[in-house]
Amino acid sequence: MIFILCALMGLAPPTNVRAYDTPDDGGGSINIEWQLSPDDAQIDGYEIYRSEDGVNFTKVGFIGKSRSLNQDQTEDGITYTYKVAAVSDTLRAFSQPSMEVISSASWINVAKMNIYVAMIIFGGLILYYIYHARKGKKLFIRKIAGLQAIDDAVGRATEMGKPILYILGLGYIEEIATLASLNILGEVAKKTAQYDTKLIVPNADPIVYTVAREIVKESYTNVGRPDAYDPDSVFFLAREQMAYAAGIDGIMTREKPATNFLVGYFAAESLVLAETGAATGAIQIAGTDALAQLPFFVTACDYTLIGEELYAASAYISKRPLLLGAIKGEDWSKVIIATVLILASIIGLVSRFPILSLFQ
Amino acid sequence: MNISTDPWVWIASILSLAILSFLYKENPFFRAAEHIFLGVANGYLVTFYWHRILMPILFRPLFQQGDLLLIIPFIIGMLYLTRFIPRISWLVRIPIAIYMGYWTGVLIPATIQAKIIKQVQGTILTAPNFQSWNAGTMGIVWSVTVFIGVLCTLSYFYFSREHKGVIGVTSRVGIVFVMIGFGAAFGYTVMARISLLIGKLQYLLGDWLGIIR
Repeated sequence: MIFILCALMGLAPPTNVRAYDTPDDGGGSINIEWQLSPDDAQIDGYEIYRSEDGVNFTKVGFIGKSRSLNQDQTEDGITYTYKVAAVSDTLRAFSQPSMEVISSASWINVAKMNIYVAMIIFGGLILYYIYHARKGKKLFIRKIAGLQAIDDAVGRATEMGKPILYILGLGYIEEIATLASLNILGEVAKKTAQYDTKLIVPNADPIVYTVAREIVKESYTNVGRPDAYDPDSVFFLAREQMAYAAGIDGIMTREKPATNFLVGYFAAESLVLAETGAATGAIQIAGTDALAQLPFFVTACDYTLIGEELYAASAYISKRPLLLGAIKGEDWSKVIIATVLILASIIGLVSRFPILSLFQ
Repeated sequence: MNISTDPWVWIASILSLAILSFLYKENPFFRAAEHIFLGVANGYLVTFYWHRILMPILFRPLFQQGDLLLIIPFIIGMLYLTRFIPRISWLVRIPIAIYMGYWTGVLIPATIQAKIIKQVQGTILTAPNFQSWNAGTMGIVWSVTVFIGVLCTLSYFYFSREHKGVIGVTSRVGIVFVMIGFGAAFGYTVMARISLLIGKLQYLLGDWLGIIR
């Protein structure tokens, strides 16, 4: 009856309905495409109907007119059939049903092939240099300003009889800045163990705290001073950002450390910490890869490790082959990036090749 | 003047003033507020993890609904607690290694996509990038500036050579670009912080004291 009404009213259905598993996804979705109804200009839009038995269809979506693609959330492994109806007020003009379709997860996201290629190249370079570093090949890394100051800073604290405050920031354990900071902490802890200087390490993350504690303990043992290790020197303060900042401000003003290390990932609390530290007269060595916070460290601290300098610093100071090889690999990755930039620009300027599409 | 009669507004305002008193110097009021803040933050953290994560995601599905697959994350999580038993405290390395391995896998492709590939795409000298500035012929100038800035900044962060000769010159140009970027970020962030201060003053002078509306 409705079909006859539609025919009388002149409402034509959409045609060529095609349903297919969404490519390059984790499963759970099907794309439905169709050719617009010839009456597209007059209709309200399109309703999408789905069936699991090919007979009983239920509405699963609506999309405005002039659009011919919709995505439906599905359950993997179930066979679906789709119909699309052109809708005008109470009238519906149904298409023919689509072919049967099943959604499933893709093993490889072909659309992200450029990321795989970059990962293989960069990862390969890093592994190559780590291999050579482990074989004993000397890998040169230039001196980094700020690291030279660590010895002076620890010495100053020892002479003044004041502690060293090492702030790891808010970062989680998986963040590179936190890992780099933990490496530097290990070296700083070795020096405080040798000079018998008090070390204070407040933490914002329970897992980072666990690792930091192990690292400090290991450093004290490695330099033959396990007796000097104070388990209370590394402690959990607070996860909440400003509570952490308030707690450290309190430590800074009460303990009056001679040196503050602010190394890791920081957010809005960076200036609060750096300003308080500067007001107490401490030498401050900062390092972070949080771009928005670096300006505050540059202005309020004596030395600042900028972005990747922080990662390089942890390699430079620890001299561990794994880290040195990684920095060397990263350096060559930068050379490749610069070369790609220059070559791609030449191609982009002199030819009609759509060079940007390679980086989608 | 219409002073608030809500005791919670009074508590929040007095604690705000106690924290702000740190601007003068460290004092007992600040110390009290600092410790309350730390205690509340940690108490909130524990209850949050218990009610929003452990109970609905782990304990209820595992022990009430019988989702036995969750026994694996449960055991891995429990290994964190071995830290308190010195004889087997080394087991804490297992959950940390799993956690780091998982996140490294998640983050590496995302970082390459967002911080390398997309940035390279936006830096290439080509007509669509010139037009993306919506600045007519000046789009070419801005694109070339970004291009030079990216190459010179990359050379500053090249650690395998001393900053001498050609790399010395390009790295000096690179650090100028970096500092200009920091200047812009500084101004932007200070502006945001001032808006936070204004918000706090509005709370104290409006919600609490009722001096302003």
